[in-house]
Order: sequence, then structure tokens, then C-alpha cells
Amino acid sequence: MLNYIWPLIILCSFIYAIISGNIENLNNSIFESLEEVITLSMTLVGTMCLWCGLMEIVKNTSIMDKMTRVLRPILVWLFPDAKNNEEAMENISMNTISNIFGLGNAATPAGIKAMESLDKSNMDKRKLSDSMMMLIVLNTTSIELIPTTVIAIRASLNALNPASIIIPIWISTIIGTLTGIISTKILIKRSKNR
Amino acid sequence: MNYISTMIIPIIISIILLVGLKEKKKVYDLFIDGAKEGVKVTFRLFPTLIGIFLAIHMLRSSGLIDFLSNVLSNVTNLFNIPSEILPLAIIKPISGSGSMAIATDIMAHFGPDSNIGMIAATIMGSSETTFYVIALYMSVVKVKDSRKVVIPAIIADLASIISAVIFLS
Repeated sequence: MLNYIWPLIILCSFIYAIISGNIENLNNSIFESLEEVITLSMTLVGTMCLWCGLMEIVKNTSIMDKMTRVLRPILVWLFPDAKNNEEAMENISMNTISNIFGLGNAATPAGIKAMESLDKSNMDKRKLSDSMMMLIVLNTTSIELIPTTVIAIRASLNALNPASIIIPIWISTIIGTLTGIISTKILIKRSKNR
Repeated sequence: MNYISTMIIPIIISIILLVGLKEKKKVYDLFIDGAKEGVKVTFRLFPTLIGIFLAIHMLRSSGLIDFLSNVLSNVTNLFNIPSEILPLAIIKPISGSGSMAIATDIMAHFGPDSNIGMIAATIMGSSETTFYVIALYMSVVKVKDSRKVVIPAIIADLASIISAVIFLS
């Protein structure tokens, strides 16, 4: 997709700059953009290291296990047809918790394993099962407790309080996730009634 | 509310360290190990940032973005979305690193504390790369019928974008 959009943007900009007489601005902006990425990356790397370091500690403590126990009843409600599939439930909760803690590297493998174990108990192999649909939608909305990358970028751009973005993000991600859950449940119900 | 969000980060750091100490983990070694990952993540992002920043800066300096924003503002006004956010909303479901670079550019251009900068950051942080996730998870199982799973995913995306705009405007 970006293989078409990216060159299109650059070529159209060049043509428009010729028409509108902004060609000098355009030329300068090419080199300015490179410089900006350098300064940005240098500050970004610091905050990213801080969070990745802290999350490594989290991964090695019992925080993850405790979260699993808290999440269990919610997951049973979200994935009713998988509640007897122990392997799937385990992977689903690992996936969800990794998403919450922003551990993308751990979330994706767990999610894929969850899909595989859900596939074993899927009655109709040609269709996604209800739980598979829910799992996919939950992974597209993905609740993240500390949006580390965004905070890191804001810090590198000298925001007054880089972390103040947390609350708007929580609100928006919760609304998005709830909407996703409800519309998936409705979709599942409608396809059953047919 | 500002006071709460100032407290969140120090509190979270303290809790993580206290739990680690209580369970007798080598918290410093673990921290250093994880921090190495942070270096890798940033430098993996670097080429994408160069590519996207180049394109967006050319788009802006040529004046084309103002022209497009004017044209598209008729559509975006319907949903109350500022037209400056539109490029982000379009790329967001397709490319994770691409949308990250666009959001960063919007924050740098309008300021991280401006309304538009905050909206861009919120959109960035509140959802995943929808189409990528769907494609990845679908590829694991050999199903033909996706049962229109893309519809609730897109509705959820729209809901979080619109709620970000409403909350921050």
C-alpha cells in the first residue's frame, strides 16, 4: 500500500510546488526533514530504553500471573465457547495481558498460539469461530496501560507534561474497545439468527 | 487531573520496583536487559521515520497539503474531525510505523501540547494497525469466511478516533 501512496505524495508535491512557485521551500524541506528525524530519534531512544527496561522487570515477576486471575471472569464472558479449552484460554489471557503492558513482542506470539488452539475446537473449519472474531477485534483495539511510545515521542518534542496524554488515551481506547466488543457480539448474534 | 497524570508514571515505576524487590529479582540486570530492546526498537523505526518525514515535509512545503485540507474539510467537518488529522486517520489502519511517523510529524509541526498534537497522540496510542492485525491472525487459520470481522474492527477504530476528538476539543 505505502509502495504506491509514498511515491504519489512525493511526486504530487513536486508538481504542485512547480505550479505554486514553492520549489525553494520544497528543496529546503527535504534536508530539514532528515535533520528533524535525527534529533527526534536521539531523544526517543532514551525514553524507549526506560520503558523497555521496566517492562522486562514486569515480565519476570508474578504481576502477570495475578493479572490472569483478575481477568479470568471477563475473558470467560468474552469467549464463552472457549471456556473449556484450557490451552486457548491461557494463550488468550497471555495475549491480553501482554497487550495491556505494551509487550508487543509477547502479545503477538501468544495471540497466534491462541488462534491455533481455537482452531482445534472450531466446528466449522471454513469459518472464523465466535472466539476467533472476538480475539481479532480485541487485538485491533488493544488496551495499553502505559502508551510508552507516544509518551516517549512527546518527551522528545519537549511537551510540558509528556505523560498527560495517558488519560485521553485511556478514555479513547476504552470507548474503542467497548464499541468493538459490543459490535462483535451483535454481529455474532445476527449471524446465528440467520 | 494534571496532578494525577504527573503521579501516574512515578507510582508505576515504584510499584514495579517494589514487586521486583519483594520477589527477589535482579531488578537492575533485568532493567538493563530490557533497555537494550529499546535501542533496537528505536533504530528499527528510524528508516520509516526518514521515509515518512520526507514525504510529509514535501507535501507541506509545496503547499499541496493546504489545498487538500481545504478540499477535504467539507467531509471532515461532518464528523467534526480537524482536517489536519485526516492523513493520520487514513494511514493508521494500514501501517503502524507509518502512522507513528505521521503522528510524530503532526505533533512536531503543531506542538505536542496543541489541540491537534494531543488528538494525534491519542489516535496513535489508542488502537492497533487494524488491517495488519486482521491479516496476521487470519493467516494463522485456514478459513475462507471471515464473517465480516473487519466491520466491528473499523467501527471500534472510528469510535476511538471520534471520542479522542470530542474529548480534546
